[in-house]
Amino acid sequence: MAAQGPGVAVTRPDASRPLGMTMSRGSPHQATDADADALQRSILTTTVERLLGWARSNSIWPVQFGLACCAIEMISTAQSRFDIARFGSELFRASPRQADLMIVSGRVSQKMAPVIKHIYEQMLDPKWVIAMGDCASCAGVFNNYALVQGVDKLIPVDVYVAGCPPRPEALLYGFTKLQELIAAGPPARRPR
Amino acid sequence: MNELTRETLVLNMGPHHPSTHGVLRLIVELEGELVLGTEPVIGYLHTGFEKEMETRTYHQNIVFPPRIEYLATMIEEHAYVLAVEKLLGIRPPARAEVIRIMMAELSRIASHLVWLGTSAVDVNVSSLLMYCFNDRERILDILEMVSGQRMMHGYMRIGGLQWDLPDGFEQAVRAVIDDMPGRLEEYERLLGDNLIWRKRTEGIAVLNADDALRYGCTGPVLRGSGVGYDVRRAFPYGGYDEYEFEVPLGRAGDAYDRYLVRMEEMRQSCRIIRQALERLEPGPVLVDDRKVALPPRRELVRSMEAVIHQFKLVSEGIRPPVGEVYSAVESPRGEKGYYIVSDGSNRPSRVRVRSASFNNLQALPVMVFRNQVADIVVAIASIDIVLGDVDR
Repeated sequence: MAAQGPGVAVTRPDASRPLGMTMSRGSPHQATDADADALQRSILTTTVERLLGWARSNSIWPVQFGLACCAIEMISTAQSRFDIARFGSELFRASPRQADLMIVSGRVSQKMAPVIKHIYEQMLDPKWVIAMGDCASCAGVFNNYALVQGVDKLIPVDVYVAGCPPRPEALLYGFTKLQELIAAGPPARRPR
Repeated sequence: MNELTRETLVLNMGPHHPSTHGVLRLIVELEGELVLGTEPVIGYLHTGFEKEMETRTYHQNIVFPPRIEYLATMIEEHAYVLAVEKLLGIRPPARAEVIRIMMAELSRIASHLVWLGTSAVDVNVSSLLMYCFNDRERILDILEMVSGQRMMHGYMRIGGLQWDLPDGFEQAVRAVIDDMPGRLEEYERLLGDNLIWRKRTEGIAVLNADDALRYGCTGPVLRGSGVGYDVRRAFPYGGYDEYEFEVPLGRAGDAYDRYLVRMEEMRQSCRIIRQALERLEPGPVLVDDRKVALPPRRELVRSMEAVIHQFKLVSEGIRPPVGEVYSAVESPRGEKGYYIVSDGSNRPSRVRVRSASFNNLQALPVMVFRNQVADIVVAIASIDIVLGDVDR
């Protein structure tokens, strides 16, 4: 039926132009250039692992776990100026069962060592560890009876961040390194 | 106690707990929701600072104090260098003293801001933490501008300071302390008029003056209970006797009073910094004693003697006379003292750190006795412990 009264007639798309993913039917050797274009625009090939890696690397939930001085810089990183939420990690979980990442922020004493191991074991796979600061990496300036000489004596560490304490920018840099690591693929098999 | 079974519930809290401000562990005995007994278990952050300090020279030891109490870093350095200066019997130049006081008071504000934010989070006023840390960042910017480090400054030296203030310092400090009272008013509107904050803190975690004295509490915990003891006023150090400031006191000794005391202390700190800016006059910032302080760079190219002094100080360090000394400062948590024994060598024979958090924490069982279990969190927050300071 023809349009009646005042108004503008809508233009209909040209019926001969392929729309989105709809392509001309027939065997592949009949495909037109437009078909190839549409294919490139609309389909993304990936593996499940890479897709998971992409998703995981952008939603790492750290466990809310502060030890010493570095913990204060870790809190600073989560606050408004440095804003770790830009990387999808503002959700510090109090329960290790809901967390993917443990940021060991500070010196690890002998008395704390079994507790850290316990918390790490409570986290569900896949899980990652950042050793934040010199103390967590190698006990820093302390070489005495009281401290574990680096948290990697207890649990596997993925990224070490140097500094005493590291600036929030340094932690964020270490964090993006971890994201790259996660996006690259599934974690290597770890000792339990 | 359960009427039928005559049993109480023993609950473990920590060391990994979001509200213990670090790695404190509590063993709590409960009767329903009522707290009958609390036993703090400490040592989860024991670092062996005191032993470690025996193995380093006096100058090298300046790196340790800020790591003991990592929220009030400048005050810690101040405490240590004052103790060594007392041992040596020297006094830094006037300009250095003024700058030290400014740094210490800036540190105090930064520390109290962390306390304010985190204790507000503990009763679920979570937005305040962001405001507080924003203001703290501005103070850290100044400290970084002065010393080159955000937290572990290493700015103070035995006999003075590492270097003089940078250009634009006064402007930056004035910008912060002019803003501060307005910001504090804003926070007080957020908390003081907040029904939840009032209900969670008023009449909660009460500590009377006798108990506070008995347990050796100092700082805002003691002053919140109405005892007017402030080291800056009682035993003035580093030139504090020349400044005008009030020592705020609470009355009821509850968590709300401690909150009020700390809020007022931040205002008083601004006042001290303002006075210090007026007193700032040009001059040296390090003593002119070649046996204690490094010679200036320009002397090294001209004088062989200066080179020898430099070499001796760097390789060997200073040798204070035989003796022992105790020197205390007012940290945001209370009396922070260093007791140093010298045997005449270039390393201290014994260092003992008197930390305020350790004593204040001992009063926790008294504070929370027959309170609700949820009030333990408020009590810990109101004591404002730093576990590094407790365990050392």
